[in-house]
Amino acid sequence: MAVNQRDILLDPLFNNNPIALQVLGICSALAVTTKMETALVMSVAVIFVIAASNVAVSLIRNHVPSSIRIIVQLTIIASLVIITDQVLQAFVYDISKQLTVFVALIITNCIVMGRAEAFAMQNPPKLALIDGIGNGFGYGLILMVVAFFRELLGSGKLFGFTILTPVTEGGWYVPNGLMVLAPAAFFLIGIFIWVVRSYKPDQIEEEFHVGALLEPSHESHIR
Amino acid sequence: MEHSSRYIVLFAAGICLVCSILVSGSAVSLKPRQDRNKALDVQTKVLVLAGVLGEDEDAEPDRVEQLFANRIEAQVVELATGAYVTDIDPAEFDMQKAMKDADTSREAPSNRAKVRRLPDNAVVYKVVDESGQTEALILPIEGMGLWGTLWGFLSLAPDANTIQGITYYKHKETPGLGAEVENPRWRALWPGRKAFGDDGSVQIRVKKGAAGPPETDPFQVDGLSGATLTSRGVTNMLAFWLSEDAFGPYLKQFRAEQGGS
Repeated sequence: MAVNQRDILLDPLFNNNPIALQVLGICSALAVTTKMETALVMSVAVIFVIAASNVAVSLIRNHVPSSIRIIVQLTIIASLVIITDQVLQAFVYDISKQLTVFVALIITNCIVMGRAEAFAMQNPPKLALIDGIGNGFGYGLILMVVAFFRELLGSGKLFGFTILTPVTEGGWYVPNGLMVLAPAAFFLIGIFIWVVRSYKPDQIEEEFHVGALLEPSHESHIR
Repeated sequence: MEHSSRYIVLFAAGICLVCSILVSGSAVSLKPRQDRNKALDVQTKVLVLAGVLGEDEDAEPDRVEQLFANRIEAQVVELATGAYVTDIDPAEFDMQKAMKDADTSREAPSNRAKVRRLPDNAVVYKVVDESGQTEALILPIEGMGLWGTLWGFLSLAPDANTIQGITYYKHKETPGLGAEVENPRWRALWPGRKAFGDDGSVQIRVKKGAAGPPETDPFQVDGLSGATLTSRGVTNMLAFWLSEDAFGPYLKQFRAEQGGS
């Protein structure tokens, strides 16, 4: 089987981005993107968790009884997330304070489960590792793009350094209050999806016609 | 492929065992570091509030600990009487834990800060200068904001009335709106204001809109725009913690101490 490792790594960035195309993992993308610093740490944490869980799941894929495979995956992911949380609290305390509950919520990040079930269960550890890193980066990329605009327009800063001096600190820039609130991330992710799909029209989903199922030619499918 | 029930149970047990060893191993081995981080975070906030450390100063952990040991005198006080408690080590005292434990707390009298349980004891910090003279008294405060409890400190001058500063180290407020309680520019509005009116009642409050300078408008502070509930929370928690129900008895004791020395 000729599997192109490069494709596995790079596809999730634009061609098959977990957030932009699959629209997974939106919840944390809304919450941690008010600052680039927190978004970066969150991205690194997710990349680590997906890569490690993919490898672990892939290693035991031939031994897991299929009846309990989901719960085994969940146990592995949950353990990795707790370890990540502990490490963040020990080494980057300030940032872990800002990420608060969202690190723990990586457990419920659909991307992690999705890759474990869809890819790691069928592929050897090396490919699973590459796939995990690729998807983690795909997620991180969106986080960074969203955080870039939210921090720049919402507080006039990038990575905490003032770029546009806000009026409250004697400058000229009036920060856009909407940008620091969650809805701004929805708009930005929407715009990002729009841009990606204009550039790659094949990602546009086919329109779903309710009527199509009822047309005579499809009758056989219903039966 | 099909597996026997025995295999499935053993497999599940094996996975659980490996995972639990990894999780507990990381939790136990990193605990000392995490505890130190937490303590350092609080100590840094106290030092910055005391004016010993600069606002954006990135002090080394050792320096923070040393400054804290030299300049800050932490003491446990009993809230009901205001007396000092000597058999509890202030460094070991955890107010959040004490408030949850039924043995070390009681139901709080109804209050607008939505403090449910009042701890029996609390840690207060005295800022002392090189000669041992008290420069300020720092009290812990907490109360509901919009999304959750805000935890912070209030610094009072030795007259136990003039406010020297306020700071928050833990909260869940909206970034850019309620989280502006952390903004140094807003906190700079506090020094010089008075906590108590002539009749001894708590007068300080965060008003909606802009307040005057401390000299002419001593009891009000500018509201945080877009964060009415957080602003109200700040008012309410100050009203509660400075009242007779909380630090009132201790403040009396502290004033007597300062008057006597």
